Amino acid sequence: MESLLNGIKVVPLNHYIILCAIIFSIGVIGVLTRRNAIVIFMSVELMLNSVNLLLTVFSAYRGDATGQVFVFFIMALAAAEVAVGLAIIVMVYRNTNSLDINVLNRLKW
Amino acid sequence: MNLFYFIAFLSILFALLVIFSKNPVHSVLYLILTFFTFTIHYVLLNAQFLAIVNFIVYMGAIMVLFLFVIMLLNLNKDTEPVKSSLVKFAGIIGGACLLVVIVAAVKALGKSDPVILKQADLGLVKNLGKILFGQFLLPFEVSSLLLFSAMVGAVLLATKDKPVKA
Repeated sequence: MESLLNGIKVVPLNHYIILCAIIFSIGVIGVLTRRNAIVIFMSVELMLNSVNLLLTVFSAYRGDATGQVFVFFIMALAAAEVAVGLAIIVMVYRNTNSLDINVLNRLKW
Repeated sequence: MNLFYFIAFLSILFALLVIFSKNPVHSVLYLILTFFTFTIHYVLLNAQFLAIVNFIVYMGAIMVLFLFVIMLLNLNKDTEPVKSSLVKFAGIIGGACLLVVIVAAVKALGKSDPVILKQADLGLVKNLGKILFGQFLLPFEVSSLLLFSAMVGAVLLATKDKPVKA
């Protein structure tokens, strides 16, 4: 454990921020470029996780445990969101027989 | 080389594979690997409670739910609709612009301090439990209400509509 903890002591805060920004941008690109509703949902999960990691990093950096408590709440929220979202996806599939989000443009105009 | 950079490289690689693989089942499996690398990041930060919760809740519960829905809807064959390459290009440009703006803003802040754990026992279950059940007791109870209403909503949404009697 000590050797693991020593491995982190030379990582600057900026590198953590850049890593989380890269993962978040990958999530944004996934939402913008894919048409399968489930893959879009997975990209949203990716974005939530990158924010979780960044909150934990700041919490460890400042020595304040509040950030980690917030990550716990975000995880509870993500579980609720996934349950409702997947139920909506199942319902959409039952009504349209496809997961293509371009079929769902009736609210567009 | 430092362990952090290796794990960060793996995170980015698997995240890219999530959004660029054609088969949704492969996407879910790569997403599980991405979350596993995030768990390693939490362990490196000595946030042991979050590492375990990430492992159990994300990799266990949520990803099983995703896989279950994909198999239920029988999406494992390549029925993947593709967007036109113009929209794809525009999306990648948009995401890259976001990344460039954030990285430039971070770079403009200048050199940063290394992340040093000021309190090594910050993320242990004992410490977090005391804060969670003391200072954050009310939000904790409200989140239980949120999970309950989400469960009711999911069951309500996923049940088949009965034919309406005229």
